Amino acid sequence: MTPHMLTRSLDRGATIFLLVVAALGVLIPLSNLLLPAGSFLHVPTYLVALWGKYVCYAILALAIDLIWGYCGILSLGHGAFFALGGYAMGMYLMRQIGTRGVYGNPILPDFMVFLNWQKLPWYWYGFDMFWFAALMVLFVPGLLAFCFGWLAFRSRVTGVYLSIITQAMTYALLLAFFRNDFGFGGNNGLTDFKDILGFNVQAEGTRAALFALSCLALIVGFLICRAIVSSKLGKVLIAVRDAESRTRFLGYRVESYKLFVFTVSACMAGVAGALYVPQVGIINPSEFAPGNSIEAVIWVAVGGRGTLVGAALGAVVVNYAKTFFTSGVLAPYWLFMLGALFILVTLLLPKGIVGTFNAWWASAKEKRTAASVSAAAEDGVTEPKMAE
Amino acid sequence: MLANLPARLCSLLLSLFLIAFALPAFAGPFEDAVAKFANDDFSDTEEAVGVIASSGNKLAFPIISALQDGRLMADPDSKKVYVTGTDGKSIDAATGEAVTSVPDSASAVRLNNRLRRSVDAALGSLTLQSPDVGTRLQAAQSVFKSHEETALEAVDAALAKESNKSVKTALGEARAAILLFKPDATEVEKLEAVATLKARGDQEAMALLTGMGDQPASVTKAAASAISSIQSSLAVWSTVQNAWYGLSLGSVLLLAAIGLAITFGVMGVINMAHGEMVMIGAYTTFVVQEVIRTRYPGLFDYSLLIAVPLAFLVAGAIGVLIERSIIRFLYGRPLETLLATWGLSLVLQQAVRTMFGPTNREVGNPSWMSGAFELGQITITYNRLWILCFTLAVFAILLAMLRYTALGLEMRAVTQNRRMAASMGIATSRVDALTFGLGSGIAGIAGVALSQIDNVSPNLGQSYIIDSFMVVVFGGVGNLWGTLVGAFTLGIANKFLEPVAGAVLGKIAILVLIILFIQKRPRGLFALKGRAVEA
Repeated sequence: MTPHMLTRSLDRGATIFLLVVAALGVLIPLSNLLLPAGSFLHVPTYLVALWGKYVCYAILALAIDLIWGYCGILSLGHGAFFALGGYAMGMYLMRQIGTRGVYGNPILPDFMVFLNWQKLPWYWYGFDMFWFAALMVLFVPGLLAFCFGWLAFRSRVTGVYLSIITQAMTYALLLAFFRNDFGFGGNNGLTDFKDILGFNVQAEGTRAALFALSCLALIVGFLICRAIVSSKLGKVLIAVRDAESRTRFLGYRVESYKLFVFTVSACMAGVAGALYVPQVGIINPSEFAPGNSIEAVIWVAVGGRGTLVGAALGAVVVNYAKTFFTSGVLAPYWLFMLGALFILVTLLLPKGIVGTFNAWWASAKEKRTAASVSAAAEDGVTEPKMAE
Repeated sequence: MLANLPARLCSLLLSLFLIAFALPAFAGPFEDAVAKFANDDFSDTEEAVGVIASSGNKLAFPIISALQDGRLMADPDSKKVYVTGTDGKSIDAATGEAVTSVPDSASAVRLNNRLRRSVDAALGSLTLQSPDVGTRLQAAQSVFKSHEETALEAVDAALAKESNKSVKTALGEARAAILLFKPDATEVEKLEAVATLKARGDQEAMALLTGMGDQPASVTKAAASAISSIQSSLAVWSTVQNAWYGLSLGSVLLLAAIGLAITFGVMGVINMAHGEMVMIGAYTTFVVQEVIRTRYPGLFDYSLLIAVPLAFLVAGAIGVLIERSIIRFLYGRPLETLLATWGLSLVLQQAVRTMFGPTNREVGNPSWMSGAFELGQITITYNRLWILCFTLAVFAILLAMLRYTALGLEMRAVTQNRRMAASMGIATSRVDALTFGLGSGIAGIAGVALSQIDNVSPNLGQSYIIDSFMVVVFGGVGNLWGTLVGAFTLGIANKFLEPVAGAVLGKIAILVLIILFIQKRPRGLFALKGRAVEA
């Protein structure tokens, strides 16, 4: 099988994926807003918010797949970038509350009034402007990833060591954000949001719009990832994943490639977090918990590492299962199932759903071609064999 | 001291109650003084308190403590005074004889604030001469804290009779504290007082010296030098204390990390379920103690000795099972191993939660592990001390095992060169299983120790896993000495940062420092050298 055919078959999967996401992004909001509540096809608002959450997780999974699937960097701290993006958006939403808070302070959020703070800390400046907050959503996770990656990749911290220190990073942030005097609401985090860009965050229209935007972000993120992995840069990334030392000996600056892709991935995670926060209505330090980041990695593993489509699919499937099981009588067994999922996927389905399907599809195709070639050979019309 | 006085008084009262029957009744200054309570006059009451306190009569203590609690009843008509016990029985205050009932006309002797002070002082001086050493010591310490001038006489009287050395010191310090604040004390007395407080040399002595107000110049000067000497000695002690806390934390970290060091170091396996092995060890201790509590209560002090080998076996067996069923299929894929063992940790946690419930289970301390002793200015608890010793013992045994046993030799061979070891006839898969079992078993033992100082809950393991990884990564893989140095360095660094930066910020600082350290030495403090690095 030639590499050309592989890309073409992936392209077909990618096209289908993009069409499905775009269709969902248009149809679900429309059905929610236009169809009457009693209609069979009406999607209730709570489901719009829930699926919006899944789409944000899918973006996070995409970000993880970009670095893990294509560059071999297993980050167990990507939840930190997600949460930082979420906090940046949360700060904007907090500033929009204005005098509608419990204490009615026009500048200070409620928790600062409660802590008896007199003025806004400097790092809260500018978050009353949406453009600034949006910039920070990209900039803060990106900067952290850049600094962290610059230190780590330059000293060739790889493999499990990198995984462990990314975990330590998110754990340190978790501890820091739990502190009240850190200035981000401590234990309770940021919540009780009112408006986003002047629209009520609770309103149906806003939620539908946020859902559509999340789908758009997923599409854009997917296209960016596709562009990266199918470019020449992407080839180098895959080379780094498969044989880092050899790539270095060939003259590539491995750390620069890793740093670039790590930073892009962190920015994507930040965007996912920023879209997540207005839809769930709260951001608190528990988003930094190391367990969350590891769970996000398993979405990618379930869907299929290094397939992009699979990562998004895995995020949605696992989270749908989580919602389904934790809301019913099976709730005490959910952790058993999640744990078993981790074990079984790594043992039995190392390529994930999409990866296994692709492999099956490719081998089926190869058989068909082989059959047709041998049939042709019997007819006596032999073609010159292609060089592998 | 006054907080636990009522309970103490009840027992005292009862014994005195019995002795009182034997006393001959005769009218004397004591009886006259008692009768004065019935006058319901504050100055008479004060006088009576003074006489009774210095009378040496056995009834003095019950009478004055009853006065303090409002249990001293006086009948203005018959001039008789009664002590009502907390148990409802009453005695005649003058004779100590039991009475069937207190007349209705009797009412409690009233006190005002000034009187209350002298009652407290009288009571303090009475307890200063209590036959019980502990009570005397407490009384002396409470006088030291209150340093009421009125207690001076009582302290002097007690000091003259005291034979116990530590009580004598405490009394001397109490006397010094009183003199320091007594406006009419002579300069010589005050200088002596400063010297005594300097010798005591703790935070409280320093507080007294700094807050002593206007004093003669020579006293102020002596106090200033005393303060600076106390400060420097306190600084030394606080360093010692931090070092001790650091060692204690380090031993906990070492205990939690040492099993991880084996599995990670020898096999290159990231076992995220390591913390759950610790938890299983802790729950084994819980089960052992439950069985002992219900069947053989006499064995409770040995519960930990029984739990240690059991925890090793239980956790070790689970470890071997895990290796055979999951991990052996994932060799050479460390990242996948990490994910699978994380999943395993979720399953184990939930299993324990289902079996034992989500709340904390109580694991008791055997008598030899509870309590504490003082070493200079620091307090050392026995459980921390035992855990430190235990950790070092486990470390030594493990080291000896790796060095001198056949399994240890095979393990080292597999670590250094797996393929060569296999060619030499070592059954590497058997060594892998046993190594993993050993690492898990050690984690189980750690659980026994940690059950003594931490909450035994399904989340027990999770709180140690990140710290354990930090220790192993910091110390360097494949070297137990690295783990030892790593654990104690991190423990001590943490405890020295805590007073400066606060507990949480200190921890964050440590994490950041480790992340930075890894940049400098990506393979830890004690890195394996040579080709093994790239394996």
